[in-house]
Amino acid sequence: MRRALLAVVTTAVGLVLLLSFKTHPVTTVAAPHVALKDTSGGSTAGAGGTRTLTGRTADTPFGPVQVRIRLRGNDIIEAHAVKYPQGTPQDDQINSWAIPQLDQEAVAADSASIDMVSGATYTSDGYLRSLQSALDKARA
Amino acid sequence: MTASTSGRPRTVHVEHCMGTVFSIDVRDEGSWDTAIADVVQWLHHVDEVFSTYRPESVLSRLQRGELWLPECGPEVAEVLALCEEVESTTGGAFSPRYDGRLDPTGLVKGWAVDRAARMLDAAGARNHAVNGGGDVQLTGEASPGAPWRIGIADPLVPGTLACVVTGRDVAVATSGTAERGAHVLDPRTGTPVAELASVSLVGPRLTLVDSYATAALVLGDGAQAWVEGLEGYDAFAVRPDGSRWQTSGWSARV
Repeated sequence: MRRALLAVVTTAVGLVLLLSFKTHPVTTVAAPHVALKDTSGGSTAGAGGTRTLTGRTADTPFGPVQVRIRLRGNDIIEAHAVKYPQGTPQDDQINSWAIPQLDQEAVAADSASIDMVSGATYTSDGYLRSLQSALDKARA
Repeated sequence: MTASTSGRPRTVHVEHCMGTVFSIDVRDEGSWDTAIADVVQWLHHVDEVFSTYRPESVLSRLQRGELWLPECGPEVAEVLALCEEVESTTGGAFSPRYDGRLDPTGLVKGWAVDRAARMLDAAGARNHAVNGGGDVQLTGEASPGAPWRIGIADPLVPGTLACVVTGRDVAVATSGTAERGAHVLDPRTGTPVAELASVSLVGPRLTLVDSYATAALVLGDGAQAWVEGLEGYDAFAVRPDGSRWQTSGWSARV
């Protein structure tokens, strides 16, 4: 789990992007790959020795965010936002590219074996809180 | 929260403070909850004293002329003295003034993290990392025989790394033109700086490494020669067009 924190910290960059580009034109539009589901936080064992962990819902200025991760051993192999702000066309447009990007970052950062990230743009955010709580469960 | 995955002890705490995220990561055996609680209290104390967003902070009252410097306590005096030192070292590329007002914000966070790491030292921790919004103080090593690995975020491709630095007992800070979503101004001219998308500095302690990174961003390409002349420091920069430069000692750190 030594890499988990990096995943969290790097993900913060992603959310900054999501927040700061609120009005940025979107050129790549993919279909959201996760459905909006309200799940209670928890852990389930899956096939092939994987575990699925769901973070607590975190409130953000744009609405509630909840993250689920799948681990094989201590490695994050999948991350999904299972709950995120929806409702306005702008929300949907942002989610279509930002959420998959956040998910990829959580996995990519974990596989880079980094302990910490140094970067210029960081801020507090709900995705981080939600992901952190899922990671906390992974450690418990 | 303490964990012992893969046989390696680890205690991690994430704290939201000063409008950013602080991560504390101790890699020694033992219970560090009290030491980490003290560090968290310290960070919030620094925010209460130095915040320019809180009208009741000591710094805000000093800015308004409601307090004289001698009334502000030893921490404010120490930070302002450090600011003056860095302003002099950097030829004014770093300045504790913004828009005509006293504002040591550019030094406070690195100083607070540096001090937090010293607090963990004093509590007996030998191997730990403290990250304040992307500026990091590393102590000891990540695990026995393995140095810390610090990814430098790529300023042009969010979510990816531009490079990785490894080290023991080292500080890493990155300053970028996109920082806080605002323009970074050259305190000498008042004009926005644009030569570098981001510049990262490596050196012994975060107080200077962080404030030097801020100065390096202002100096732009000129920071390369400046950092070459600083013993114990190295720099790595990414320009807006994706081209990069580094000081001669950088490759020995990756």
